[in-house]
Amino acid sequence: MSKHLISIHDFSKEEILNVLSLAANFEERKSDAIFGDKVIASLFFEPSTRTRLSFETAANRLGARIIGFSDAGNTSVIKGETLKDTIKMVSNYADLIIIRHPLEGSARYASEVSSVPVINAGDGANQHPSQTLLDLYSILKTQGRLENLKINLVGDLKYGRTVHSLLQAMSHFKPQFRFTAPPELKMPEEYKEQLRLNNIPFEESENLEEGIEDMDIVYMTRVQRERFTDAIEYERVKNIYSLRRHMVESAKPNMKILHPLPRINEIHQDVDSSEHAYYFEQAGNGVYTRMAIITMLLGRKDY
Amino acid sequence: MEKHLKVSAIKDGTVLDHIPADQLFKVIDILGLSKISNQITFGTNLDSKLLGKKAIVKISDKYFEDKDINRIALIAPQAKINIIHNFEVVEKRVLSVPHEIRSIAKCMNPACITNHQDVETSFVTLSSSPELKLICRYCEKVTDEKNLKIISNY
Repeated sequence: MSKHLISIHDFSKEEILNVLSLAANFEERKSDAIFGDKVIASLFFEPSTRTRLSFETAANRLGARIIGFSDAGNTSVIKGETLKDTIKMVSNYADLIIIRHPLEGSARYASEVSSVPVINAGDGANQHPSQTLLDLYSILKTQGRLENLKINLVGDLKYGRTVHSLLQAMSHFKPQFRFTAPPELKMPEEYKEQLRLNNIPFEESENLEEGIEDMDIVYMTRVQRERFTDAIEYERVKNIYSLRRHMVESAKPNMKILHPLPRINEIHQDVDSSEHAYYFEQAGNGVYTRMAIITMLLGRKDY
Repeated sequence: MEKHLKVSAIKDGTVLDHIPADQLFKVIDILGLSKISNQITFGTNLDSKLLGKKAIVKISDKYFEDKDINRIALIAPQAKINIIHNFEVVEKRVLSVPHEIRSIAKCMNPACITNHQDVETSFVTLSSSPELKLICRYCEKVTDEKNLKIISNY
């Protein structure tokens, strides 16, 4: 079994399914203070609201105590301490480390120098595997299965790390993909090549309205300003898609709209009351999924 | 036409031939040749049908492990390695790009941790031909041949 959760590639199909079934157990019970003797370090070198609160809620519901920081500004990092030294020190205090860091590959490196399990809560534009697992949990919960689903990924498919990780994780389960993006933000060729190698069908379009009717999942993403080097390009594409309630009226009854949040205007607020809207529940599923990840890595034999 | 060796023969040791001329000093760097006490002779900008301009290095009484000599496959994949005993070629070795490459190449991703902190670079070779592609162990981004930079350790 994996000792750390750094990249979604580290988890086999079986390990993914184990986390999801464990998450379902936790959803039934909400709280289960099995880790009252554990200390979990939450090291957020860059700010994040949702991910940090979700992880800390998960740890609290498991009865663990939390140490850490939500901003590197008040730590010895500004005195020039290296990531290695911070991790070496903290892994002597805590039983598990949750890390978010702006540099890509920082979580992998932390796992190499740490003596306790490390969870990657986002390393720059690279990986955010707990988001992927909660997306999978949301898909499984709403569809009753992961196999043979039609999934439309919409928005920033070029820079969006969540869509890339979801694409790779779903590839275990014979999906059919549709990619909806403007030419500037199309799915990179390397990911499409992987799909071709695995015989996974996909179609590409710029039109959002055409790609809703026969879908099981519509996965919306925000166009992230911070990923653009060219401000003019960002202005051109930032409002390209806006999902409206009338657009989802002909959707299949089981179709759910997911979004990693925060959303800006790619989903209009009039969609929120639709039975297809699932993004807030999806965020709630993050707590159960993260309880499952923590439990798996801290290793409780009875789970 | 006059026929003689531009770089004179060695009695025992290793000859590295068919090095692209513009990679000679990187090869010397990667193999740490500037730090050893063996006799070394080299020639560069020699005519080559294969490469246009080639370099050749002859190192007396020095033999390399495969894992060490394969490090130069990144920059001189067509190089020929000849092992010399008593002025005779007793063995020819073919280079192959190692599956794992540590601390030779630099990751091309400016946001990668290896470009900001003192972390040894580490790659897995995705493909070696027609184009060399390395995937970074840390940031998971691909560094390709045209963006490959060699880290100087010596």
